[in-house]
Amino acid sequence: MKNKTKAPLFHITKRKMLPWHRRWFIRLIGILLSFVVCAIITMVMTGLNPVEVASSLVYGAFGTPRKCWILGQEVAILLCVALALTPAFRMRFWNLGGEGQILVGGLACAACMILIGDKVPNGLLIFIMLVSSVAAGAAWALLPAICKAKWNTNETLFTLMMNYVGIQLVAYFTIVWEVPKGSGKIGIINQNTNAGWLPQVGPSKYFLNILIVLALTVIIYIYMRYSKHGYEIAVVGESENTARYAGIKVGKVIIRTLLLSGALCGLAGFLLVGGTNHTITTTIAGGRGFTAVMVAWLAKFNPIGMIFSSLLLVFFSQGASEISTAFSLNHSFGDILTGIILFFIIGSEFFINYRIHFRKS
Amino acid sequence: MNNHPAAVKMRNITKVFGSITANSEVSLDIRRGEILALLGENGSGKTTLMNMLSGIYYPDSGSIFIDDREVSIGSPKEAYAYGIGMIHQHFKLVDVLTAAENIVLGLKEEGKLDLVKAGQKILKICEDYGFEVDPKQKIYDMSVSQKQTVEIVKVLYRGADILILDEPTAVLTPQETDKLFAVLRNMRDDGKAIVIITHKLHEVEDLSDRVAVLRKGKYIGEMMTKDTNSQEMTDMMVGRSVSLNIERPKVENAHPRIQVKGLSVRSSDGILKLDDVSFTANAGEILGIAGISGSGQKELLESIAGLQKAEKGSITYIGDDGKETELLGLTPLAISEMGVSLSFVPEDRLGMGLVANMDLTDNMMLRSYRKGRSPFTDRKGPRTLAQSVVDELEVVTPGISTPVRRLSGGNVQKVLVGREISLNPTVLMTAYVVRGLDINSAYTIYRLLNEQKKRGVSVVFVGEDLDVVLALCDRILVLCGGKVSGIVDGRSAEKNEVGMMMTKLGGVRNEE
Repeated sequence: MKNKTKAPLFHITKRKMLPWHRRWFIRLIGILLSFVVCAIITMVMTGLNPVEVASSLVYGAFGTPRKCWILGQEVAILLCVALALTPAFRMRFWNLGGEGQILVGGLACAACMILIGDKVPNGLLIFIMLVSSVAAGAAWALLPAICKAKWNTNETLFTLMMNYVGIQLVAYFTIVWEVPKGSGKIGIINQNTNAGWLPQVGPSKYFLNILIVLALTVIIYIYMRYSKHGYEIAVVGESENTARYAGIKVGKVIIRTLLLSGALCGLAGFLLVGGTNHTITTTIAGGRGFTAVMVAWLAKFNPIGMIFSSLLLVFFSQGASEISTAFSLNHSFGDILTGIILFFIIGSEFFINYRIHFRKS
Repeated sequence: MNNHPAAVKMRNITKVFGSITANSEVSLDIRRGEILALLGENGSGKTTLMNMLSGIYYPDSGSIFIDDREVSIGSPKEAYAYGIGMIHQHFKLVDVLTAAENIVLGLKEEGKLDLVKAGQKILKICEDYGFEVDPKQKIYDMSVSQKQTVEIVKVLYRGADILILDEPTAVLTPQETDKLFAVLRNMRDDGKAIVIITHKLHEVEDLSDRVAVLRKGKYIGEMMTKDTNSQEMTDMMVGRSVSLNIERPKVENAHPRIQVKGLSVRSSDGILKLDDVSFTANAGEILGIAGISGSGQKELLESIAGLQKAEKGSITYIGDDGKETELLGLTPLAISEMGVSLSFVPEDRLGMGLVANMDLTDNMMLRSYRKGRSPFTDRKGPRTLAQSVVDELEVVTPGISTPVRRLSGGNVQKVLVGREISLNPTVLMTAYVVRGLDINSAYTIYRLLNEQKKRGVSVVFVGEDLDVVLALCDRILVLCGGKVSGIVDGRSAEKNEVGMMMTKLGGVRNEE
């Protein structure tokens, strides 16, 4: 027997629900602390003045109107993918195939532009591009969904593997359609005719994308919150047994929801290829299929919150590019700072839910 | 027995979880050579208090003395070092390992793992106290009571002489309970200190030497069991005087509502769960279903509800107009679309009957959200319903926008039963509807079931507490290993007779 009578150094208890202002207060402290840690790391690792680095970060994101528009466009695409994943994630279907679904959506879009770009009127062409992108994305998600619904296969692995199939497919068609031959690139499609390029609306060529995604945000918010479909998704996600008990056809809901999820990823591919880049490469999705997972989780699957979480992530990524050129640092340094800040934001959730009691000395 | 010194003294123990005070300034003595019953309603803090003794929780304040020395118990391991072992309600065994492997699991003994030696030591313990354990038997081959025995031996193997059992009889038949009690008495006579957590009064009277009552986290009092009676204990437990009689209104114009014929059900791994089951459930009566847990009760109710595929047989629903509908093979949705109003309170409340993370309103619309052609949900009706359930059944909740997982067990059950009754059912099936409920909530549920019976609803009541089944039900269907062991009249049946029928087809009469 040990002869110990001391209480443990600390122990953890669950808190009751805190009022919203206390929750945001804790998050604010978390963010401020993360800035302090970032400043220390910056000084120790680079010897630079952290204030200068921080202002350069902000400049990189918001410095000029052009930078602002690019930021808005990047937020829009990332948000679009996060919105696409939301219904699936609420259903606890871990769709990690966003990357592949964006790529095949983009590929379908590019195929239309290349193959029928000069054969049909522009309005009709854009419509066909939209439909085929959405259908391609949906098809990419449909396969894992059917297997999950019928045989309860693991959707995480399945969707993940579909990404690689998508990448290889794009790689193959890049060679088929490469311009000029031997370059290994498709280059800008229809550069002279601009066939299939989304029209410029408002002050910037990026404005249309931003508008579309904003509208989509509201639609998904309403769909998840107030529609019968949204309710069914939530029930299936919580418990398939409960869903069956309530007479919900679980397989049907899984397939329907994944069609939606894939279709919206396909839409993101359409916006990327038709709206911004006018070309397709294997890296056009740029990891957004995965970054969007973080966007969705950070906002706890609330579409309105995702506007802010995607803005946060894009802000740091754009700012990081700027400091890497301005101070000739590696781009990874920006990623380190982003990582530190995310760590503190996620960590503050622990302090919102739990309380640590230290031994009274 | 009073001359034994206290093995454990708990003094002014307080434990708070968030906004809930689980224990407040509780002081309690546990003595060797004595069985102490810790009595209290659900949520009265019995388990929390004992968890602090077994190292699972750490008290916020207060002190624990073992053999008059103040100690700090920071983990279950440290608890074992002080000779304290707890047998939890939910067994913590590895299914694919044998009894012996489970018992030595986690022990750091010197030298090589010697299962033969361990087996001998296990058999020695069994011999001393009258257990039956085969050290080489795999856990998945064991009945619930065998698993419980393994848990107890595990604790003894580790040298515990202060044993805490958390509601050990909840999963046992009357015969198994008797066996367990005999073993516990042996251990007491051997000088061990035993605490049993329970809310069943007759067990307290049968088994314990002393009883301590907790209510709402506070210590109310203790007395020698021989000096008290059920009524006094209940009053202490509830805090006011309650009547212990369950009402059983007379059956009026009962007529067949559901006819089950030759129903056989096989589980997905090929085991026959129901074997040629036939019976009739009448409108206007409560049909009890008794049996050891896992005798096919779940499969039976789920077959009727359209959630379980059957191998053969038929389930016929007979409407008030005499119209017959075959339910077998229909989905729950199809059943309700045919105008059959079937309510079902499943055993797994939060995993099947309700959505744990949704609030009361959203749970109210689980069965009715499809109404209307609009693609959007209408939450007005459900909100009104949620409010009326809260008001009428006295559900304790901060509001109707609280997720149901935050409610206590009794209140969760009231929400579920309230919703199912609001559907105006003609058949109401309930599985273990009062499991884990305190006396007040349980009596509220009995009252609701009786009201439904008087309304002419066919009520099916799957129960585990035979005393309740015998007091409440008009007829009792006894299941044994998926077969109908017999159907008896609730007013004349004997507890022992039903208990025998649960373990053996046909019960006593078969033996003669």
